[in-house]
Amino acid sequence: MFDVFTILQDHGMLFLMGQYPNGPLGGVLCTLLISLLAVVFSFPLGVLVGLARLSPWRGLRWAAACWVYTLRGIPLMMVVFWTYFCVPLLIGQNISGFSTMLCTLVIYESAYIAEIVRGGIQALPQGQYEASRALGMSYLKTLRLVILPQALFNALPSLVSQLVSIIKDSTLGYVINVPELTYAANQVSNQLLTKPFQVFAIVALSYYIICFSLTWLANRLESWIANKRLNAQPLPGEEQSDPLFFANRKLNKETS
Amino acid sequence: MIPMILFNQVNKWYGDYHALTDLSAEVKAGEVVVVCGPSGSGKSTLIRTVNRLEPIEQGQILFDGIDIHGSSTRLNQLRTRIGFVFQNFNLFPHVSVMENIMMSPVKVLGTKRSEARKHAGELLERVGLSHKANAYPAQLSGGQQQRVAIARALAMKPPVMLFDEPTSALDPEMVGEVLSVMRSLAQEGMTMMCVTHEMHFARDVADTIWFMDQGQILEKAAPEQFFSAPQHPRARRFLSDLLN
Repeated sequence: MFDVFTILQDHGMLFLMGQYPNGPLGGVLCTLLISLLAVVFSFPLGVLVGLARLSPWRGLRWAAACWVYTLRGIPLMMVVFWTYFCVPLLIGQNISGFSTMLCTLVIYESAYIAEIVRGGIQALPQGQYEASRALGMSYLKTLRLVILPQALFNALPSLVSQLVSIIKDSTLGYVINVPELTYAANQVSNQLLTKPFQVFAIVALSYYIICFSLTWLANRLESWIANKRLNAQPLPGEEQSDPLFFANRKLNKETS
Repeated sequence: MIPMILFNQVNKWYGDYHALTDLSAEVKAGEVVVVCGPSGSGKSTLIRTVNRLEPIEQGQILFDGIDIHGSSTRLNQLRTRIGFVFQNFNLFPHVSVMENIMMSPVKVLGTKRSEARKHAGELLERVGLSHKANAYPAQLSGGQQQRVAIARALAMKPPVMLFDEPTSALDPEMVGEVLSVMRSLAQEGMTMMCVTHEMHFARDVADTIWFMDQGQILEKAAPEQFFSAPQHPRARRFLSDLLN
């Protein structure tokens, strides 16, 4: 137990940000940065692929289905290697491990996000789409204003767990020398030689704290939105007689 | 004067099932048509073909002289002129009552938000729900939701309103409030086509009753005549089943 603190004291900065500012950004910050960028790019891509899976145009549906089934059918490690060896050949110059891993994560996760989005859309009642179209809204306006806001909200728990899994997947950057948390930990472990258990306990705990707090935040967000919808502020002086009003969990607690 | 809605030899199939058979009829401007008949007779299918929620295989449906199912028809523009009220309300649960009503005028017609809000307020007052403007659909009863749905359709200022069994999903005590909104609409001269099982409403409000069975209109008659002396044997049987 004491070791852990000593290790943190001696190598804390390496865990936190790698060699930075004397070298590339690494450690926890690198993990967070690569995950954040992966989310920022893979989320819109995933939504587009998901929409393409349900689009009225057959060619687009087919292409999106290929994308999804191919990527879901191979391990992430394979995609890492393919990007690592193929992208330099394709563009004729070397790219950094960081960019390689980022590309890989964006491509790979987009397939999973696409399926989550598709599920969210298909779970909505057909009537929502019909009502929007009957009001004269175009297909795209219907998606943007009626379908996606509901589908993405309903899919929020799955989306968050996918986000968390992006963070965990980023550990594979280790094999192509991305200096993220796992890589940094291995450096430390190699220096200390005799304390792998303590070092990797620190790593595991760090990942756990990051992922758990994200899940917690997402749950808060979800219940905040749900509460807003179920229990918007009544106008002053308004009588509240709707039976559904008591579907609000907080009020149930107070009255029972 | 051209009729508001004209069905001309309409045929529709679901696979092998012949849902609408050589159906011809017309709805004049200002007319209130109530479509009734046993379940499975094609009433809902018929009303859904009017704004092309269902495609048809043969024939024509003209709305104000425009072929709704024509390939070059500007469907979205046409739909803004046809109000549609669903059995299951289909309010958008993620936005407030006010936003439900304002969405389409603002996003489709390009109405200014302030103007749309004012109009939505008037509509809410008309359906007796001014105090629910900021509520979300989940907070409303079924009857209230359906009244908001009517207000939402009216927000586009359509010359025609279609009602697809608007009271069938409601608890009995809420049917009245929805029907009274519809009644006042009819009295103001709105052209309406309404699928319903509410025979009192049909008798009081309809100008014409269409009785449907097996994808055909078997009888078109004024309500007094339809209810007192139905011509078609199937209609007689339907009415006597209703009474017993």
